[in-house]
Amino acid sequence: MTVMEQRGAYRPTPPPAWQPRTDPAPLLPDALPHRVLGTRAAERVDPELLRRLYAELVRGRRYNAQATALTKQGRLAVYPSSTGQEACEVAAALVLEERDWLFPSYRDTLAAVARGLDPVEALTLLRGDRHTGYDPYEHRIAPLCTPLATQLPHAVGLAHAARLKGDDVVALALVGDGGTSEGDFHEALNFAAVWQAPVVFLVQNNGFAISVPLAKQTAAPSLAHKAVGYGMPGRLVDGNDAAAVHEVLGEAIAHARAGLGPTLVEAVTYRMEAHTNADDDKRYRDDAEVEAWRAHDPIALLERELTERGLLDEDGIRAVREDADVMAADLRERMNQDPVLDPMDLFAHVYARPTTHLLEQEAQLRAELDAEARHHEYDENDEHDPEGNTR
Amino acid sequence: MTTVAVKPATMAQALGRALRDAMADDPAVHVMGEDVGALGGVFRVTDGLAKEFGEDRVTDTPLAEAGILGTAVGMAMYGLRPVVEMQFDAFAYPAFEQLISHVAKMRNRTRGAMPLPLTVRVPYGGGIGGVEHHSDSSEAYYMATPGLHVVTPATVADAYGLLREAIASDDPVVFLEPKRLYWSKDSWNPDEPRSVEPIGRAVVRRQGRSATLITYGPSVPVCLEAADAARAEGWDLEVVDLRSLVPFDDETVSASVRRTGRAVVVHESSGYGGPGGEIAARVTERCFHHLEAPVLRVAGFDIPYPPPMLERHHLPGVDRILDAVARLQWEAQS
Repeated sequence: MTVMEQRGAYRPTPPPAWQPRTDPAPLLPDALPHRVLGTRAAERVDPELLRRLYAELVRGRRYNAQATALTKQGRLAVYPSSTGQEACEVAAALVLEERDWLFPSYRDTLAAVARGLDPVEALTLLRGDRHTGYDPYEHRIAPLCTPLATQLPHAVGLAHAARLKGDDVVALALVGDGGTSEGDFHEALNFAAVWQAPVVFLVQNNGFAISVPLAKQTAAPSLAHKAVGYGMPGRLVDGNDAAAVHEVLGEAIAHARAGLGPTLVEAVTYRMEAHTNADDDKRYRDDAEVEAWRAHDPIALLERELTERGLLDEDGIRAVREDADVMAADLRERMNQDPVLDPMDLFAHVYARPTTHLLEQEAQLRAELDAEARHHEYDENDEHDPEGNTR
Repeated sequence: MTTVAVKPATMAQALGRALRDAMADDPAVHVMGEDVGALGGVFRVTDGLAKEFGEDRVTDTPLAEAGILGTAVGMAMYGLRPVVEMQFDAFAYPAFEQLISHVAKMRNRTRGAMPLPLTVRVPYGGGIGGVEHHSDSSEAYYMATPGLHVVTPATVADAYGLLREAIASDDPVVFLEPKRLYWSKDSWNPDEPRSVEPIGRAVVRRQGRSATLITYGPSVPVCLEAADAARAEGWDLEVVDLRSLVPFDDETVSASVRRTGRAVVVHESSGYGGPGGEIAARVTERCFHHLEAPVLRVAGFDIPYPPPMLERHHLPGVDRILDAVARLQWEAQS
């Protein structure tokens, strides 16, 4: 009789005692989104920082409005507005040191601009002339990422590499609520926690992945709760409270810089406009919901804080708005100029060492362009076209 | 003149030696993947590297291919030269989005500002009795992706030389390792690694006059065997080992076909939509007036990779190649 056959008598030897590695309690996120504005905590924040956040918020809102207008004029192929989410964008940009890296997604042009990128360079992807209009190393901003969450493992790898080289660099990666369902989100968080990489993940939970509401995206108590399973702290913050986002991100970055590993921050915010100009948000949400969020507008929240405490007056507000208008006028003017493109650029940056068939195709395009130019010249010098038809 | 005692080495050993030498030469080279550390990889290619270079440079990662390649992208962005191991061909599929959307495109997206010099090692192909998901030949997917170089060695010396080249390349390289040749031996002196032809060059492995067998990776030894067997039938076959699928060496291939006037492309991945179609088209475009017969393909069947007990019927063997060679007597047929 084998051991397995002695059903009644068999008692398995228990395996060696197993203990969970971490008590989940310290990793659990805040019960309610952390807030600073309108609370006593706001008094501890440097008034200069509050004013700077305010100015960037107003510029950001103006930027969103201008870019949306450019889509209507056909100057931008598409624009995913971050109106309503400016506090997340601006705080993400201002909280980083110059040596740190930002990993934005396609909706995060504002964060890139607030970090110092030329507004036109930030829009080339959406205009359709260049995939990335800037050198990522110049401002330490990775290319705006269109696939969802795939930039997150890049942020982990870069932060890990920097630490291996002994550099004091933190990476901040931005992702939306929909992006948290992607496999790359999971793999990035897992790698970051296992490697204790100096990286911070900011989820901008704006309520919708195009049209799908958060309730259909996840059954988790909050997106910040996901941190617990990876063994990293999760933080929940009011994403419309610029001071709170700045504070929570600042703590997470300091934590990472101190070698204590990654943090997942969920900022609860709301996308006030459609996913992009090509989307019809009336199909999936009603006006009352949008209006309810208008009362919790990030600019209004900060403006109230600053004016009530005498840190900003009517003149100050006007000056900030005028500055934003100047930025928008400059953006409008420069975007109204046609970009000058060299078709040969198609082949310029595919390989360091181009393949022979690519060189052949390059020669083919060159010949086509030359023929086109000759045709054009002929057209201008003669009233007959080369086919011999009289005009 | 002294004669160096040359010991036979396996392809797996040569690959390991290439990794070791690359790491010793350049501190930016990092090896990462599942089981590459203490175990030395399931094929032992990375054997001893963790001990020599430490866990920071030879990293056992969590089991997640998209994560492995995605973090390697970030590391390459910061100036490292990661060499990623995908363990088995079909295990690389979860990493396809990273490979196609980022690895292949980052240089282009950033107009040259952000090149990604990384190498993705993919053990590929069948013939080792592996169960499903362990024997795919996925080269067509990689070949169809602009921005990647795709290479595959067939000899021990090439395994060393091509891997060194791949790691040194400023372009991302998919390095396909023919699993069934891991244990094949060559007289190769590991202390004097031979320099080889660079990436993008094909090599004539056997000269012949009556037809060209165009092949690569695991099918190279099969074609050489077929060429030996064909001699009895009066065929003197030339065998071209492509070594590099991207870039493709049209020059060497066309020169050979112009000499012989007949060509068969041999590979074990599926024929439909496979590399053979591209190669046959290129040969036809360049050598049409020299061809005595259509360019034929001998490929794996257009089926998901079969269970191990049936794989010998799927893989192109000597007989199937000889049948194709016989069909090259086009005039007699038509």
